[in-house]
Amino acid sequence: MLEVRSINVAYGPVPVLRDLSLTANQGEILCLLGRNGAGKTTTMKAIMGLLPVTAGTVTFQGNTISNVPAHIVPTHGIGYIPQGRKLFGELTVAENLAVGLQTRKSPQRVMDAALDMFPALKTRLNQRSETLSGGEQTMLTVARALCVDPHLLLLDEPTEGLQPSMIKAIRDAILQLRRDGKAIILVEQRMDSVLAVADRVAFIEQGQIVETTDGDSLRANPSLLRARLGV
Amino acid sequence: MGYVWQLWADGPTILIALFEGALLAAVLALMAAGLSLVFGVMRVVNVAHGEFYMLGAVAAWFIASQIGGSPAVSFVAALIVAPLLVGALAAMIDITVIKKVNYDPERTIVATIGLLYIIQQGTLMGFGAVPRAVEPPFDHRIAIPWWEKVDGVWEMYWPWGLSISTYKVFVIVAAIVIISALRYAMTHSKAGLIMRATQLDSETAQAFGIPVGRVYAGVFGVGCGLAALAGVLILPIQQAHYLMGGEALLSSFIVVIIGGLGSFGGTIIAAIIIGMTDSILTIFFSPIIAKIVATLLVALVLVFKPTGLFGTKRQ
Ligand SMILES: Nc1ncnc2c1ncn2[C@@H]1O[C@H](COP(=O)(O)OP(=O)(O)O)[C@@H](O)[C@H]1O
Ligand SMILES: [Mg+2]
Repeated sequence: MLEVRSINVAYGPVPVLRDLSLTANQGEILCLLGRNGAGKTTTMKAIMGLLPVTAGTVTFQGNTISNVPAHIVPTHGIGYIPQGRKLFGELTVAENLAVGLQTRKSPQRVMDAALDMFPALKTRLNQRSETLSGGEQTMLTVARALCVDPHLLLLDEPTEGLQPSMIKAIRDAILQLRRDGKAIILVEQRMDSVLAVADRVAFIEQGQIVETTDGDSLRANPSLLRARLGV
Repeated sequence: MGYVWQLWADGPTILIALFEGALLAAVLALMAAGLSLVFGVMRVVNVAHGEFYMLGAVAAWFIASQIGGSPAVSFVAALIVAPLLVGALAAMIDITVIKKVNYDPERTIVATIGLLYIIQQGTLMGFGAVPRAVEPPFDHRIAIPWWEKVDGVWEMYWPWGLSISTYKVFVIVAAIVIISALRYAMTHSKAGLIMRATQLDSETAQAFGIPVGRVYAGVFGVGCGLAALAGVLILPIQQAHYLMGGEALLSSFIVVIIGGLGSFGGTIIAAIIIGMTDSILTIFFSPIIAKIVATLLVALVLVFKPTGLFGTKRQ
């Protein structure tokens, strides 16, 4: 579904990703793991077209999406949950969703589906998003991404800084999205979350994928996680 | 008590000063709203803003003189066409110049200083140095009455020269309508939502399908179009001249600094404060005093509240 083939990405003269490849498939959760500064966020931004890809290609459902204008990428059906949520803080909940919806032909249906997943947001539609609790803000970033009616979701540390009950709620939402047949790439620091949801795992070190394994072998041998991440 | 009577006796002059102040505030608010919109969304300080005001006036003169005939018809045509033309030109300038320096704050200042001189000198070459006047589409004078206590009885009279021009009333009303419409569009339309999202976080906006490049071109066009509109509205009162942008730029900078760059409501309130003080001080003292006070106000704001009276700190 998504194929990242040998991409190089740099911030100015500083190379960050080198010859990085990965794939995401329908109905499957790929966990992208690595230490701070390994290049996880950079990988997601490169897929979203927010950073120029200087070598290699990204294709999605047969279309090349590397080096197309960034605003075209989500219209292919890719929803992005950026690290740190990146809500439009001064906009209301409804307006944040409307930003996600503005490329869609039937916005009402898409929005209803997104809100059905997070009913707590329904009563807060006219509240400024920066006044929501941390957990509600996270729900809103996921709901906003669902408003592009995506086939693929990129989640960059969605549970960072959340209380345990919210972490579970977000994990349940991610599992529901997998059941709905979405392809998911998840960056997650918490090992228990990774072990609970991963179908496949890719380890990234200094901008390169150093190992890919499936979730079951990781669950059979969790020490691999510790060895790779040094935690 | 003596002061009160003196003030009452000055009433007609104060009324005229307030009215002229409202006119100045209207024009300043349009100009400064454009400057503030461009800065708010794009973080671009448009040093050439005054030149788009001048281009609006010059284009309006050209259009009106080409059409000829009744001032009502030719002026209304100019009022609609000139801001659209100038806005389209500005959008093109955004794509060909400002985008090319990546909207980098320092480089855009240098680039727009260059634009200022190119537009100004280009206008001098094409249009000449002679100021050009355009007749107002309509201009009646409405006389205003006043009262005086004569032997313990209030008597109404019509003070000599106490009248207001209907065209100036039209300019004030037009500015109020345009600014209210702009404000409403920013908060209630899809285009406004897209602009606000871009203003808050352009990268995330792109990740949700907003064509930020086109939004910037549109915002620059609308912002400069507002300056042009102010230039067209002032044309029947002030004449078009290739150097008229300088003072307009200075005044709009004063307004946005006092109001808070990027704060729409603050800009409008600051335009009213500056328009009124300028007019009252000019009429009762001198234009020099008015300019000194405005400059002092800016200095005080910069010292005690650098984000402007209504500006908020950005992260
Ligand atoms: N805007 C930037 N400019 C320059 N270097 C950056 C920028 N953002 C990230 N980097 C560098 O790129 C590398 C990868 O960062 P990132 O993708 O954010 O890592 P991760 O998400 O895995 O923690 C780091 O070395 C980081 O310092
Ligand atoms: Mg990161």
